[in-house]
Parts: sequence; structure tokens; C-alpha cells
Amino acid sequence: MSESMRQIGALMRKEFVLEWRQRYALNGMLLYIVGAVFVCYLSFNARRGQLTPIVWNTVFWIILLFSAINAVAKSFVQERAGRLLYYYTVASPLQIIVSKILYNTVLMLVLAGLGFVTYAFVLGNPVQDIPLYLLSLVLGAVGFAGSLTLVAGIASKAENSATLMAILSFPVILPLLLMLLRISKSALDGLDRSLSSDEIITLLAIDAIVLVLSGLLFPFIWRS
Amino acid sequence: MKKNWWKGVAVLLLTYVVFWGLLGPTPRQPILNESIRNVYFHVPLWFGMVILLLTAAIFSGRYLRSGNPEHDRVAVEFTNTALVFGLLGCLTGSIWANFTWGEPWPNDPKLNSVAVGMLLYLAYVILRGSFDDEQRRARISSVYNIFAFAVFIPLIFIVPRLTDSLHPGNGGNPAFGQYDMDNQMRMVFYPAVIGFTLLGVWITEIRVRTWRIEAYIEE
Repeated sequence: MSESMRQIGALMRKEFVLEWRQRYALNGMLLYIVGAVFVCYLSFNARRGQLTPIVWNTVFWIILLFSAINAVAKSFVQERAGRLLYYYTVASPLQIIVSKILYNTVLMLVLAGLGFVTYAFVLGNPVQDIPLYLLSLVLGAVGFAGSLTLVAGIASKAENSATLMAILSFPVILPLLLMLLRISKSALDGLDRSLSSDEIITLLAIDAIVLVLSGLLFPFIWRS
Repeated sequence: MKKNWWKGVAVLLLTYVVFWGLLGPTPRQPILNESIRNVYFHVPLWFGMVILLLTAAIFSGRYLRSGNPEHDRVAVEFTNTALVFGLLGCLTGSIWANFTWGEPWPNDPKLNSVAVGMLLYLAYVILRGSFDDEQRRARISSVYNIFAFAVFIPLIFIVPRLTDSLHPGNGGNPAFGQYDMDNQMRMVFYPAVIGFTLLGVWITEIRVRTWRIEAYIEE
């Protein structure tokens, strides 16, 4: 057990080193989310603090959704086929998917954190229950990373994978997104936390289903 | 002939459903009036669709274990039939909604969820189209099919229940069985569910057999 944990750790370290070596990709993603936030800010005619909470919240999650799809989509295409074959020989598929999901979760957390800070900075911060909002960001990062990593694996095996990534991931991500919107909306309005507990439990359940399925199904994709 | 008894059952049940569903007695409900008879067609189509999709997911799982192309083909055809059922479910639902809720596509969480569910499975069809290698196509789309089913179930059964919906059984409403379905209606409703499901299996079986013959001719 500890041996496989150590291997997952090594694989994750590899992901981080790889990302760090290709810093332009990482910087690209960070700039992407900041740019998207700024486009929204200018499109709303720079009227800070005048957005209704629903618009504020929805636009934020849509920005996050698109950055997530863009960020996760490259998790299987940035390495060459030969190197993937090498991983295939040295690690089990379960370790690969776990390390990729963990890595993507960290990436999503960074993106969501940065997105939230810049978004609140330029468009005003109407959130009344910040801890709950942050919780929804964390749950969202885990769910996005879990479901999108598997979809990215599927899409990378096909031709025209960019289009496929989008059409496969929108419907898959939607139940998750709807739950997240609802939780974050209650956090925004500062409603009592007991009101969101149903949604949080459902979200945790969806996250769990998605993660378990990714673990079960990934070996079949990996083999081809 | 011994193997085909269930087709006879399907024909008998559906004939009974069409005739007795349109002629039989129904409870008088304020807005629903006679349109309550759509329960025999609209609801069983959705039940049938979910059962067919479950079967498709099971066959996808069997393909992943066995690698037998037959299982993959069965899964595809079950998904296709389920898509047709879903389309018919939308159509019958639209007609019904037009008369009871005032518009053919009201902004209702269940309808939206189902629309997304259909997108989910249409994406499956597109995914299959984008592979050249048959084995790879079969394996990857099987994986996606199982994943899609796991997302589809919370989408149509859990998400609409957490919000207000026009559909009975959602948003804290009791399910339709509890207040507006009497025993006379159940006598038609349950046979309708079985009948439509059997019809779906039948359609699927014919499609799989056509595929088998085509594959044989090509060889």
C-alpha cells in the first residue's frame, strides 16, 4: 500500500515538474482565466457592484467551467505516445489516473482561487458566507477534475479531440454544475447553512460516483 | 417459436393498452381531464428508456470484460432504441404539457435534465463516429456509455427532486401514484410499462440481427 502511495507521489511529482518545465502552458491557463474575468468586467460596462447575485454567480462558474475544460483537456495530449508507453510499463493504470486526478484537482484549486480573487477584485464581492463559498469551490474543483480527467482520456484517443472534449464534457459536468450553482448561490445570499446540506450531500455523492467510476473505467482506456 | 412468446406478450399488452387506455374509465381530475390517459403512453416510454439504457450499460460492462464485439453492438442498439423512446417521450410530453401547463416546453427542471440526458447520449453517437479502429471504438465508447449512465441517473432522478417542478414526484410533491392514480389506472399502467419495454427489446433485437447478417454478408 505504502509502495503504491509512493509511486503515486512520484507520478504526481512528475506532473508538477512537467508543468513547471512548460511554464508557458501554466501561465497561459492563468492568463486565460484572468483574461476571461476581465472580458466579463468590461462587457458589463465596468459597473462594479451592480450585478445581481444570480448573474455574478453564474458568470463566475461559467468562466471556471471553460477554464477547467481547457486546463484538463491537455492532461493526456501534452506527452508523446512513446512516453505514455513507458508509463504503461512502469505503473498501474489506477496509479496513473489517481495521480492525474490529484494533480488536476490541485490545478483546479489554483485556477479557482485565482479566478475568485480577481473576479471579486474587479466585479465586487457580494458573497456573505465566504467559508461556504470556498467549500463549493473545493467540491467543484474535485468534481471537475474527476469527471473531466476521464473525459479527457476518452477524447484524447479519438480524432478531432478538441470538439469531442467539449461535447462530451458539457452534459457530463452539468449535474455537478447545477448543484454547485445552487450551493454557491445560497453562500452568496448568506442563507442558513442547513439549507444547503441536501445539495452538499448530493454533490459529495456525485463526486464519489465520478471518482470511483474514473478509477474503475480508466484501465480500459489506458490499455488501448 | 418457443423463444418468441414474449413478442406475443408485447403485442397483446400494447393492444390492450391502446384500446383500454383510450376507452377505460379514468378518475376525473380538474386540469388533467381526459389527458390523464397520456400516463399510459408518456410515462411508460420514459420507464422503458431508463430500462433500455440500464441494459445498454450492462452490455457495455460485459463488453469490457469479454471483448466480444457482439456485446458492444447490443449496447449500441439498446442506446439507439432508448434515444428513439426518449424522443417519443419528449413528443408525448410536449402534447400533454401544451394542454395542461399551457406551453409545449415549459421551463421545468425535469425537462431540462432530460434534454441534457439526450445530449449526453447523442454525444455517445458522435464519439463512436470519430474512431476508425473498431476495437478501440468499441472499448472507449463502452467506457463512455457506463460513465454516461452513471451521470444520467442523478441527472433525472435526483436533481429535479431538489427543486420545484411541475412534474409530480418532484420538489416534494408526492409521486403520481399516490393521489391521482387509482387501481383501475394501474391495471393499464403497469402492463404499458412492460409492453413498451418489450417493444424496445424487440426493436433492438431486430437491429442486432440485421447487423449480424450484414457482417456475415461482408465476410
